Amino acid sequence: MDDDQLSRVFAALADPTRRDMVARLAVGDATVGELADPYDVSVQAVSKHVKVLADAGLVSQRKDAQRRPCHLEAEVFDLMTKWIDRYREQAQQRYERLDAVLAELRDERGAAAS
Amino acid sequence: MTSTSNRYQVEIEADPTVPVIRLTRDFDATPAQLMRAHTDPELFARWVGPNGMDTRILDWDATTGGRWRYVAARDGEEYGFHGCFHEVGDDRIVQTFTYDGQPDGVSLETMWFEDLGDGRTRLHAQSLVDSFEGRDQWLASGMEVGAEEGYAKLDALVAELA
Repeated sequence: MDDDQLSRVFAALADPTRRDMVARLAVGDATVGELADPYDVSVQAVSKHVKVLADAGLVSQRKDAQRRPCHLEAEVFDLMTKWIDRYREQAQQRYERLDAVLAELRDERGAAAS
Repeated sequence: MTSTSNRYQVEIEADPTVPVIRLTRDFDATPAQLMRAHTDPELFARWVGPNGMDTRILDWDATTGGRWRYVAARDGEEYGFHGCFHEVGDDRIVQTFTYDGQPDGVSLETMWFEDLGDGRTRLHAQSLVDSFEGRDQWLASGMEVGAEEGYAKLDALVAELA
């Protein structure tokens, strides 16, 4: 995944309707009509959302099939998830070290007060 | 290192409209203690990390208009970082951050400490970089093959991207 694509993935997932659609597609492939069902929006509007997701590489549509079901590209999603998880994990480790330092500061203050 | 407090987790949000990463984390500490851990060089060097690296402070003036520089070392390899303290207030720090390996890159770091009462404080940290490419590279810089995760995390992840 290049940087432009990662930016498109972030932008694509910034919209709550598209996040819903990705969550739905994580369960299994669905047609645009099936994706439109739960929403009070037109099939055309859902098609636009699918196009944004497809441009980001998150979703593909089989060209040959009559129903053209949308398919979540798990690899793209997993890669992004891993990047963010790794970043979060580094921050978590850093702040667990800070927890230990802060615990000492609390003990210092407790000792000084007693 | 064993965890002293697993009940507080880092929350991360990558803003889709501006090249910003936002992070929050709660601590069992007062804002003053968090401020001290961020401004006292000896304390700061002990936690800034990353894991398995020693931090050596070369320059440190944690006051408004001051500057900082440190290196992180592991197995003879050193990585340098530097920046300026734009503002050091009672519960807020604004500073710049540059990795020596990419001297043209700079991010603006804003941290503030929100008193939650009962000896707890929420750290808010915001990093503003100069481009989405820079932000996303930064997010990706720690990439490593992690444990295979299923879609269970999907809801949590996408909620954070909101």
